[in-house]
Amino acid sequence: MATVLLPRNLLDLFPGAERRQTVAGETVDAIVRELDVRVPGMRDRLVDAGPRLRPHINVFVAGEPADLDTPVGPNDTVHVIPAVSGG
Amino acid sequence: MTRAILLVGTAKGAFLVESDANRTTWDIRGPLCEGWPIHDLIVEPGSGAVLAAGGSPWFGPAVWRSEDLGATWTHSSNGLTYGDDAPGDPVATVWSLATTPDGTILAGVEPAGLFRSTDRGATWQHVDGLTNHESRPTWQPGAGGLILHTIVPHPTDAGRTWIGISAVGVFESQDGGATWIPRNSGVRADFMPDPFPITGQCVHKFAAAAGEPETLYQQNHCGMYRSMDGGLTWTDLSANGLPSDFGFPLVAHPRDAKTFWIIPLNGADRGRFVPEASAAVWKTVDRGDTWQRNDHGLPQHDAYLSVLREAMARDTLDPVGVAFGTKSGQLWHSRDEGRSWERITADLPEIWAVESLVLD
Repeated sequence: MATVLLPRNLLDLFPGAERRQTVAGETVDAIVRELDVRVPGMRDRLVDAGPRLRPHINVFVAGEPADLDTPVGPNDTVHVIPAVSGG
Repeated sequence: MTRAILLVGTAKGAFLVESDANRTTWDIRGPLCEGWPIHDLIVEPGSGAVLAAGGSPWFGPAVWRSEDLGATWTHSSNGLTYGDDAPGDPVATVWSLATTPDGTILAGVEPAGLFRSTDRGATWQHVDGLTNHESRPTWQPGAGGLILHTIVPHPTDAGRTWIGISAVGVFESQDGGATWIPRNSGVRADFMPDPFPITGQCVHKFAAAAGEPETLYQQNHCGMYRSMDGGLTWTDLSANGLPSDFGFPLVAHPRDAKTFWIIPLNGADRGRFVPEASAAVWKTVDRGDTWQRNDHGLPQHDAYLSVLREAMARDTLDPVGVAFGTKSGQLWHSRDEGRSWERITADLPEIWAVESLVLD
C-alpha cells in the first residue's frame, strides 16, 4: 500500500478528506481512481481529458516526477503538489 | 424583511453583498468557492440555490452549488468534458449558466461549447449539436478566449435557446439543442474581410426584453443592436447618440420591454476604458432609439474603469436597482434605475460577474 499525501487546497474542496491516505494501486492512475472511490469527484480535480494529469498538478512517486502511467511500489510515497502558479 | 443580495464573481472567488429593500448599506461576505475564479452566478428558480461557474488553474472547471446562500458548497464537473479522444483543448473553465423552463441547467464553457444538467448540476452532458455545427472549424477566439459566454433560454419554450460565442456570434436552437442556426444577419464584423459573414461576429452580450422573448438587445464588439424577430435580423443602433459602438455588459429591465442599460467603452484598441475616463451608464427607455447618459455619483475625471460582459445586473424591486463591477474591483449600485450611483466598495478583486437576488 502506497502512502499518498494530498495538498491543502485540494482537501479544502472535499471537507472531511484526510491529507494522508494509504492506497492500493500499481500506477498513479490506479491510485487516483481509488481516491475517487473514497472521495467522489477527486479524480476530476486532478485529471484532465486524455486522460492526463492537469497541467498545474504535479505528482511525485518516491520523490521523482510522475505521470498517470508511472508505476507505484507498495512502500512508495506519492506526493500530489499543485504547481507554483497564480498572481 | 426583504433581502437584496448581489452575487459577485471575481478572479479570486465569489462574494455575497447584502442589503435590505432600501439598499443603502451593504455587508460583504467572501471569498466563497474556495477563492476559485468565478465567471458567472445565477439563482436556480424554485430551489433558490446559488450556482457559480468557474475554473481553477489547478483543478479545472466546475459548477458550484449552494443551497444555503453560500454557507456551504458542493461542486461538480462530472461529464463536463469533450471526451478523452476529442480534438482540441479540453474544457478549461465554465463561463456562463442559465436555466430553462423545464429545470435544465445549461453551462457554457471555454473552449466554446454547451453542456446541460438535468439533475441540478450533479452530472453534465455535452450538447454536441452545437459543437458539430458546420461552422465549428472556422471558430476563432476573441481577446477573452473562445468562450460561450451568453445563454438566453426562451422563458416558456424549453426547446428554444439562444447562445453567444466570442468571436463567433449568436446561434439559436429550436429543438432542444439538437441543431443550431446562426442569428447574425445585419451584425457587423469590421475585423473580417466580409463585414457581414454568416458567423464570425464578436457578440459581447445580449438579453431578451421583459415579456417579449423575440425582442433581443445586443452589445457587440462592432455596435449596439436590436432584433424584433428572435435574432433573424438585427438593426444597428450605434448611431443613436452613443459615445462608442464598443462595450460589454447589457442588462434588460425586469418589467419594461423598452428599457435596458449598457456601459459603452472607448474602443477595442484604446484601452477599453469608459470614454474620456468619465464614467457613465447609458439607459434607453425606447428600445435603443434614444439614450440617456447617467453619471450622477460616478467619477467624471481620471476614471480608467473597465466593466466586463457579465459584470452588470438589475434587481426586481421598484424602483429597480442596478449594479456593476469593474476590473479594478469597484462595485457600484443605483437604487433609482440607474439615475444616480453610490460605490459599495472599491476593494474587491477583479470583478467578472454581478447577479442580483431579492428574497422576501
